[in-house]
Order: sequence, then structure tokens, then C-alpha cells
Amino acid sequence: MNVNVKAFIKKYTMVIALVAVFILFSFLTQGRLLYPQNMSNLMLQNSYVLVLACGMLLCILTGGNIDLSVGSTVCLVGALAAQLMDKSGMNAILVIFICLMVGAVIGGWQGFWIGYIHIPPFICTLSGMFLFRGLGRVILKSKTVPVKNTQFLNIFASYVQIPGLDDAKNRWLPSALIVGVIIAVALLISVFVRRAKKSRKGYAVGPLAPELGKMVVIAALIVYYSWKLAKYKGIPVMLIWVLAVVFIYSFITSKTALGRYFYAVGGNEKATKLSGIDTRKVYFLAYLSMSFLAGLSGLLMAARIASVNGDTGNAFEMDAIGSCFIGGASAYGGSGTVAGICIGAIFLGVINQGMSIIGLDNNWQYIVKGAVLLVAVIFDVVSNHKTGKAG
Amino acid sequence: MADHILVMKNITKEFPGVKALDNVNLQVERGEIHALVGENGAGKSTLMNVLSGTYPFGSYTGDIIYNGEVCHFSTLKDSEKLGIVIIHQELALIPELSIGENMFLGNERKGRFGIDWDRTYHEARTHMDQVGLKESEHTLIKDIGTGKQQLVEIAKALSKNVKLLILDEPTSSLNEEDSKMLLNLLLEFKKQGMTSIIISHKLNEIAYVADRITVLRDGSTIETIDNHDRSVDEDRIIRGMVGRELSDRFPKRERRIGSEIGLEVKNWTVHHPVYTEKVVDDNVSFYVRKGEIVGFSGLQGAGRTELAMSIFGHAYGTGISGQLFIGGKEVHLRNERQAIEAGLAYVTEDRKGNGLILPQTIAVNNTLARLDKVCSGGVIDTVKENLVAEEYREKLKTKTPSVQQEAGNLSGGNQQKVLLAKWMYADADVLILDEPTRGIDVGAKYEIYCIMNDLVAQGKSVIMISSEMPEILGMCDRIYVMNEGRIVAEMNVEDATQEKIMAAILRSEKNEEGA
Repeated sequence: MNVNVKAFIKKYTMVIALVAVFILFSFLTQGRLLYPQNMSNLMLQNSYVLVLACGMLLCILTGGNIDLSVGSTVCLVGALAAQLMDKSGMNAILVIFICLMVGAVIGGWQGFWIGYIHIPPFICTLSGMFLFRGLGRVILKSKTVPVKNTQFLNIFASYVQIPGLDDAKNRWLPSALIVGVIIAVALLISVFVRRAKKSRKGYAVGPLAPELGKMVVIAALIVYYSWKLAKYKGIPVMLIWVLAVVFIYSFITSKTALGRYFYAVGGNEKATKLSGIDTRKVYFLAYLSMSFLAGLSGLLMAARIASVNGDTGNAFEMDAIGSCFIGGASAYGGSGTVAGICIGAIFLGVINQGMSIIGLDNNWQYIVKGAVLLVAVIFDVVSNHKTGKAG
Repeated sequence: MADHILVMKNITKEFPGVKALDNVNLQVERGEIHALVGENGAGKSTLMNVLSGTYPFGSYTGDIIYNGEVCHFSTLKDSEKLGIVIIHQELALIPELSIGENMFLGNERKGRFGIDWDRTYHEARTHMDQVGLKESEHTLIKDIGTGKQQLVEIAKALSKNVKLLILDEPTSSLNEEDSKMLLNLLLEFKKQGMTSIIISHKLNEIAYVADRITVLRDGSTIETIDNHDRSVDEDRIIRGMVGRELSDRFPKRERRIGSEIGLEVKNWTVHHPVYTEKVVDDNVSFYVRKGEIVGFSGLQGAGRTELAMSIFGHAYGTGISGQLFIGGKEVHLRNERQAIEAGLAYVTEDRKGNGLILPQTIAVNNTLARLDKVCSGGVIDTVKENLVAEEYREKLKTKTPSVQQEAGNLSGGNQQKVLLAKWMYADADVLILDEPTRGIDVGAKYEIYCIMNDLVAQGKSVIMISSEMPEILGMCDRIYVMNEGRIVAEMNVEDATQEKIMAAILRSEKNEEGA
């Protein structure tokens, strides 16, 4: 029993820490953190962190490599989007397509140098950090450019409202809650479907209780959160974008051969190469995807703030990197999950939001974030060291 | 009674699962050159690491008596303080620093403020003159050859006021001329009263330079041969080194060698990837039939691993030329993926460094080379993957609670099985096993041999690279002997003995000397 408790704590350390921090700030803010508006904003404020952290995870998996140019890419792509719509009045869909392609090209540029020419990622992306920030400011002509295109804002920064069901005069919007309940029920059913499929094929099926228990908790949280959303404007479109990215990256990393290669390269690059895997391409793809997502984040930011200036996206890379390491990605590469880094990102988000509501000075927020990051990485290194010794 | 500068008494040192040294005794007289010989893994380097404090007091049992006193060294510094200096096979010099800086690294000549560079370079000059090194003391290490680097190491030892100099394979990377010079330098030092211990595979050099020779075998002292009158010849030393009996350490196999050729290599030449003018494998030709185990014997650094890796999709080397035939058809393999698809497998000698992804599970490692076999549309069927791993776990009798266990948590023998499983799953027709039993215990070795027998029984071709001669003789049908990048002998196992293999290696070295 004791061993079970220990194993449980070790496995869910960050979840437990998140719950603790959440409860702490709920008290410190006298419940204001739980207001529907704050709960809704919690996700929106962190949408860019979640998206960037997914991309950063792939880079970190390859061996603790990071991408410093992320914030600058956000700025460059955001600037491009704002200027294209402001100056040329280009169609929003076309603008989005162009901007995402620019993100991919930036990623291809960095991925080529890092993967095929073996430029150290730190240096290559440091160069990118200056390069793309500068380019972004050139495009902006050092001004703040507003984003007013309604089509663009609708695609990224509106709320889902179903006519007839959601009435603006109502105090809450049923659509959000209905969607939440549907997802929760679907998740619960999926547990049984998966087990049935396994036993039909004759594979061993684990005990039901822990599997179902975990899913009940997740389902309950989803319903709770959708209730909060229902009381404040409904489901933000941005949340759908974020969830889509999280879902796709979670699928890639856990289920596909391609995802497996990122872990393999980070775990032992030489062995991976001798197994017939093109390790150069793995690096290339990691940085390609990172900048592509930075481009997407640029669009999300442009829509959320409704303007872009030369400082947009400043230090975003640090939030993404921090989320990954707090969320249990190894600083040496080879381990980390999308679920983990999402918890890391939300953890940082709760601290940010909580401290903002309390009215704590911005400078203190930096201090707390820094301390949290250090503790998380110390924990990773120390616990890895121990298991290494035992082996 | 002889004046012993060093007596090592009943030294026993165990690593997890392996007894590296078993009651070893070594007595070194003051002012002599004492040679330590034995096969790879006999325990020579381990013994010297015990002596120098690399393995600290307490991690071994037995006594080290130096100058009549029992010593407890817990670090390298402790033994160096008493004048025991060890020079390792891999030189510990920093390429970007000068000769003088390297000589006093960690032993800096301090002035009132920081390092006294005048004194440093003055003393460096003195010691360099002693070893006859004609270079500026300001020259960077990377700009001088290995022969001169070896001299820098010795000069460095002199700067530490060395009384007992230990040289681990000092001539392994030197050419004949440099080797000769180094050996003569040792004889010169002997005249001045210094004691040396030299570890070497080059028995002609041992016979030339050593006063007494201690033979180690399987972690035990076999004998100490007196050579003061230089009467000992190489055959005498070889007999001591290899004189072990072969009992049934190898599983029996019904030999059913096909007539078809599994893999053939013609005129294969490989150059070093960094020093591209250096030839690592020189015009090598060999073949292996289906159902045959072919052994590659030789000393470490003979170019066998490099040969194997260069064949495996050019995983090593540059400027590779020659022809490669698999199943009778000529193939051109430009990368590892093509090699795997052509039915080739290379099971590395370095399972931790190049073989397994230690932080990943057995299942992940098992399928990595052929992940496509458990994928559909790029999506991994993890359940199928686990079943595959489970199947190989049973087949190879891998001892693990589950295939979800991390590979890093397994013992060496079980890691080797996972590595073999990975390449068996890759459906190779020709498997190159590089030191497949290195560092694993006798029981696991036997199981690995059984797996090899199963593989050839299925008609596959197996190439075994091994530095352990009994294993080569016990397992192979045919043997190639390599030395310095060339095949110097080919023999059927019926005709082969350890003495013949060793003689072939030594003969080739002599030829080189004559040339």
C-alpha cells in the first residue's frame, strides 16, 4: 500500500502540485480565481504557451535542445498578418494561409541548418531570435498596427454561439455545457470500448477501477470547466484551436512512428542512426514544426490583442521552455509527454493569473516563476540520477 | 632477498556480476622493467587502476605494499604523491593547449599571483629534453603526432617526480620507429634507476624490453617469467597467455553449411572519417556462406569494427571503395536504412553507447530498427509491439519482469539479448555480431552462443567479431585474422589454434617491420 502511494505520488507529482497551487490561489484570491471570467481567461491567456510548448517539446525531446527564436517568429508572423490586412485589405483566409507558410519556411530555414549542417540549435535559434525580431519590426515600420479585420477576429478570437440555443439575453449559454457533457460521456464510454476491443483480440486487460477512476476525474473537470465557460460568453474559438494542436501533437508523440523517432534520437542518437533512422530529418522536422506553431501563435496573439507591435511575443520562448521542463520533459531529451507539458503550462498560467488577481507586482511574478522552474528541473535531475544509480 | 618497490598481494576486485581480479599477486623489483601481459579482459588494466587509486581503497580486497608500506589510495592524486604515475592507452592531453600547459595541468607551478609561466615553461623544457622531444614547449598538442604526444605524457610523468611509471599499451598507436624510440627511452630510464610497468600486446617488444613478465589470465596470475637474459621468446609468452583448456563452454552444433554465399566483400577499403588520408581497412576481401559462422579475430584496433560498420550502410568512414554482394547480387548501400532493407544487421560492440536506447522500454528497443512492421499508416500498434517484445523475451529467455521495463535497468547479458532481439526482428539474412559477449557472465554467454546456433540453423549467415580467441575457436566454422586493417590469415576452425592466430598477427607485424 505504502509503495502504491509512493508510486502514485511519483507518477502524478505535477498534477498534485497543480491542484495544490490551484487551491492555494483560490484561497488567496478569496475565490476570485474561480469566477467564470477568470477561468475562461486562464485558458485564453495561456493559449500561446500551450501551442508553443507542443512544438518546443519535440525540440527538447531530441536532446534538451531549445528554440530561442520562438517569440521573434510570433512577432514576425503577427506583424505580417497585421500589415497584410491593414494595408492591402487581403482576404483573411489567404492571410492566414500565407502566414502559416511563412512560419513553416522559417522552420525549414532553421531546421536545415540544425539538422543537415549541424549548427548547434542554441546558436542557430539565437541568431533567429535577432533576425526575425528585426524583420518583424521592419515590417511594422516600428509602429503598432491594429488588427480590425472581423473575419480574422472571428476565426481566432470569437466565442461559439449557436443561434436559437444561446440567447445573448440569457445569463448563461447552454451550448458550452452541452458540448462539455458530450465530451465527458464520450470519454467514459471510450474506456469501455477500448477494453472490449482489447479483450476481443485476446490481449490482457488491466484492472478497471484505476482506468475508470482516472477518466471520471477528467470527465468531471471537463464538465466543471464547461459550466464555467457557459457562464461567461461560451466556448472561445481560440480554445478549439489550442485543443486541436494539443490533440494532434499528443497523437503524434504517443502513437506514431514519427513521434517515436523524437524520443529515440533524444535517448541515444547513435543507436537511432544505426537503426536506420534518418536523424538529420528528425531534427529538421522538430524545428520545422516549432516555427510553424510559432506562426500559428503569432496569428492567435494578433487576434487576441487586436494589434501587433515590435514587442509582441517577447520572451514567449521562455514560457514554452519553462512549461516543458515544469511538465516533466527531461533537460537531456528523450522523455516528456504532451499531457505533462500542458499541465506545466497550466501550472504556470495559474500562478500568473493568481498573482495578477491578487495584484502582486509584475516583478514578483518573475521571481516566483524562476523559482518554480528551478525546483522542477532540480526534481527531474535528482530523480533521474537516483533511478540511474539503481540501474 | 630482492628489493621490491611494489608488492600487490591477493588483490580481488569484483564488478557487478563479474570477478575481474581473483587473488592476483604482483611483485615488482626496484629498477626493473616489468611487463604485464594477457588477453583482452584478463584484468591488466583493472589491476593498474587498483594500483593507481582509480578504483579507491575499499572497492577491492588485498594489500598494496609500496616501498615497504601498506598504502590506501583513494584517488589518483594519492598515488601520484608517492611517485606512481600511470599513462593510459588513450592519452589524456588537451589538444588546444600547449605542451607546457598540458604537462602541468592540475599540477600548476604557482607564483605569487596565479601561474608562474616562466617557471612552467622552463621546467617543461627540462623534462622535454630528458625524453628527447624536439619541439617548442609552446607548440599545441593538436599540432604534434601521437608518437610525440606519448613523449609529452612521459615528460609529464617526470614532472610529477615519478618513481614507478606505468604504461598501458604505450605503443598501440605508434609506428615501428616511434615504438622503438619509446622502448629505448624506457631502457635509458632504467639505467637511471626508474622502475616501469608496461602493459602490451606486442610480445616482441615485451621480449625486447622487459626484465620480468607476469602473465594474467581470466583475472588470475598465471606465472612470472624471468627475462633478465633476454632468453624468452614470443611462443613462450603466448603459451602462458592462452594455455587454458576449452571445456564445454560452447553449445554443440550440427554443421550444415550451405554452398550459397550469404555475403561477399571484395577489395574493401575504408578511410578514417576525420583523418581522411589514413587507411583504416586496406583492400579487404572475404565471404560468408549461408548457415556459416565466420569469425574475425585480431587485437583491438585491427579495423574489424570499422570494416563491419562501413559495410553496414557506410555507418563508418569516408572514401569507401570496393564491392559488396548480398545473396549473390551486388548492392550499393549508402545509409543504414538501405542496409537493413538489404537484409543486413550490425549488432554493435557498444550496446550502451550505440546499441540500446537505455531510457526506453524493451518493447521500444525491440522494434526500433523495423518500426514499420508494427505500424499501419505511420501509427504504432502498441499492443502488437508488446506482443512482439513478449515473443522475443520468451524466445531468448530474457530475464525481466515485463517488456515495459527500461532497457537501462537490465543486466549486461539481458541488454545484449534485447539488442539481439532487435536485430533478429529486423529479419536480417546476414548478421554481424561485434563482440557479442563482451562484459557478460559465462551463463549469459552460453545462451548467446545458443542463439547464434539457432540463427545459422535457419540458414542465416553470421559474422562474429571477437577478441576472445577461445570463443572464436569454439563457435566459428572459419576464421579470418585481421591486423592493422588487413586480413593476414584465413583458416578453417579444424586447423586453427590460439597459437596460430597469435602467430599470424605477430608475423604480420614483423613483415611490416621488415618492409
